[in-house]
Amino acid sequence: MEQLIQQVASGLANGAIYACVALALVMIFVSTDHINFAQGEMAMFSTYISWQLIQWGLDYWIAFFAAVAISFVAGVLIERIVLRPLHTAPVLSIIVVFIGLLAICNSVAGTVWSYLIKEYPTPFPKEVFGFSGLIGAHQLGVVVVTLLVLSLLFVFFRYTPLGLAMRAAAQNPVSARLAGVRVDWMLALGWGLAAAVGAVAGMMVAHIVYLDPNMMAGILLYAFAGALLGGISSPGGAVLGGFMVGVLENLVAYLGNAIEKGFGVYIIGNGEKLTVALIIVITVLTLKPSGLFGRVVVKRV
Amino acid sequence: MVALLEVNGLRAFYGQTQALYDVAFALEQGGITTLLGANGAGKTTTLRAICNMVRTEGRVAFDGQPITGRATESIVRLGVAHVPEGRGTFTTLTVEENLRIAAYTRGRSAEVKRDLDQVFEYFPRLRERIQQQAGTLSGGEQQMLAVSRALMLRPRLMLLDEPSFGLAPLIVQEIFRILRRINEESKVSMLLVEQNAALALDLADHAYVLETGRVVMAGPSSVVKNDENIRKSYLGY
Ligand SMILES: Nc1ncnc2c1ncn2[C@@H]1O[C@H](COP(=O)(O)OP(=O)(O)OP(=O)(O)O)[C@@H](O)[C@H]1O
Ligand SMILES: [Mg+2]
Repeated sequence: MEQLIQQVASGLANGAIYACVALALVMIFVSTDHINFAQGEMAMFSTYISWQLIQWGLDYWIAFFAAVAISFVAGVLIERIVLRPLHTAPVLSIIVVFIGLLAICNSVAGTVWSYLIKEYPTPFPKEVFGFSGLIGAHQLGVVVVTLLVLSLLFVFFRYTPLGLAMRAAAQNPVSARLAGVRVDWMLALGWGLAAAVGAVAGMMVAHIVYLDPNMMAGILLYAFAGALLGGISSPGGAVLGGFMVGVLENLVAYLGNAIEKGFGVYIIGNGEKLTVALIIVITVLTLKPSGLFGRVVVKRV
Repeated sequence: MVALLEVNGLRAFYGQTQALYDVAFALEQGGITTLLGANGAGKTTTLRAICNMVRTEGRVAFDGQPITGRATESIVRLGVAHVPEGRGTFTTLTVEENLRIAAYTRGRSAEVKRDLDQVFEYFPRLRERIQQQAGTLSGGEQQMLAVSRALMLRPRLMLLDEPSFGLAPLIVQEIFRILRRINEESKVSMLLVEQNAALALDLADHAYVLETGRVVMAGPSSVVKNDENIRKSYLGY
């Protein structure tokens, strides 16, 4: 039983990270209809920046907030400079740009910081009173930090005029312009926020998976699955989907272990959990193509 | 006197296709002018060209100031509110959010509150549906919402694209009554595009008739209304 709770708890910690990346993907998707394949690599790059700042002697949290701020500005600039001229370009050109961005982040990080795996620090204390048996200190910290970030974003989008303008621009850009909203800037701001949220996810996960230029590849896949599971057009759904995928993959591994122990047959273990989790996601999507919480998209032609 | 809106040599293009040919007209401050014409005459395009929503050549001046080539949102911020064809509802946002979007350009929350009350005074039905998702409103309510969204911009000029479209006669009457009040009480000038010429000529003081992208007729509403030739050849009633 305790083992099950442990698995669920660490699943929640992973899920929190998928949820952040999923939300970053959705934020850009709702306003552009594109999936930013470079989201994970951008987050990885942000994590390296924070690592570098820590190496230079900065306090963890100062480096953390500096990396978030730098990522935000970089996100805005990427949209304004690289993507803005492509607003009316065909989908394939935009995908090529995303893949190019991914490759650039990856190879620049590799060149500057090498492909060697690095340890990444955790800002959280070693021992957590009371919970110590059930959830690691870092995992608990990850859940708390991501929940904080997600709530902040929720409040921003729900209750501030700027958040409302961003939602309006995503939902109906033509009408938003007619309401005086600078839609192009809202898009750039969305890129900035997505990059910032991705940076948080990268810095939280790096202590668990270690820092290297390819550390986000698998995570992006999980996050994408989470976003699809929850409904790619629904930010709240994507967050829930991210958490669900995190818990699901650990439950799969737990079940595999239990079966092996009980019956002595090996069916699934840690190696297969990604596959099984994705199979479950695909099954759900076959039954409910717009995701669990997504709206059916009706396109007028 | 300077005209509130002055349009000269206005041409508009969709890709290679030209939709307007040297359209010219002027709106007086405080008045209501209607733009009439058959389907495809270029009425919607004229409104879009004023707000720079299509590729445009020519000269548009608002309050004596040239606005040609400015971004749509900047023109809107100058005081030109466009109530578009199809109403432009933000379907997934609530009624209140639809109305508050415009507030983002204004900042002052006390003023916004006052304007919301003013809008609800014009359209009490919207107050009852304030937390409802706007996409679930009826057509008439969405048209009221579109007019209200424009009002929240505190415009000096409203461009209205077929506010009667697809609505039952009673609702149309209600909306047109409110439009007149808005014009008189809030001193908002209007450029009204309509298929329903009789209705529009009742509300407006001036009329222009468009045919295949050109102005073919202009004059005070009373003259246009009573000229059987114009009615027969251009307005079809
Ligand atoms: N998005 C577009 N792309 C290409 N051509 C267009 C587009 N919109 C309008 N047109 C063309 O421009 C011309 C003028 O159209 P417009 O919509 O301005 O007419 P309208 O007077 O508003 O008609 P209606 O009363 O039917 O709304 C038409 O020939 C139309 O086919
Ligand atoms: Mg039209």
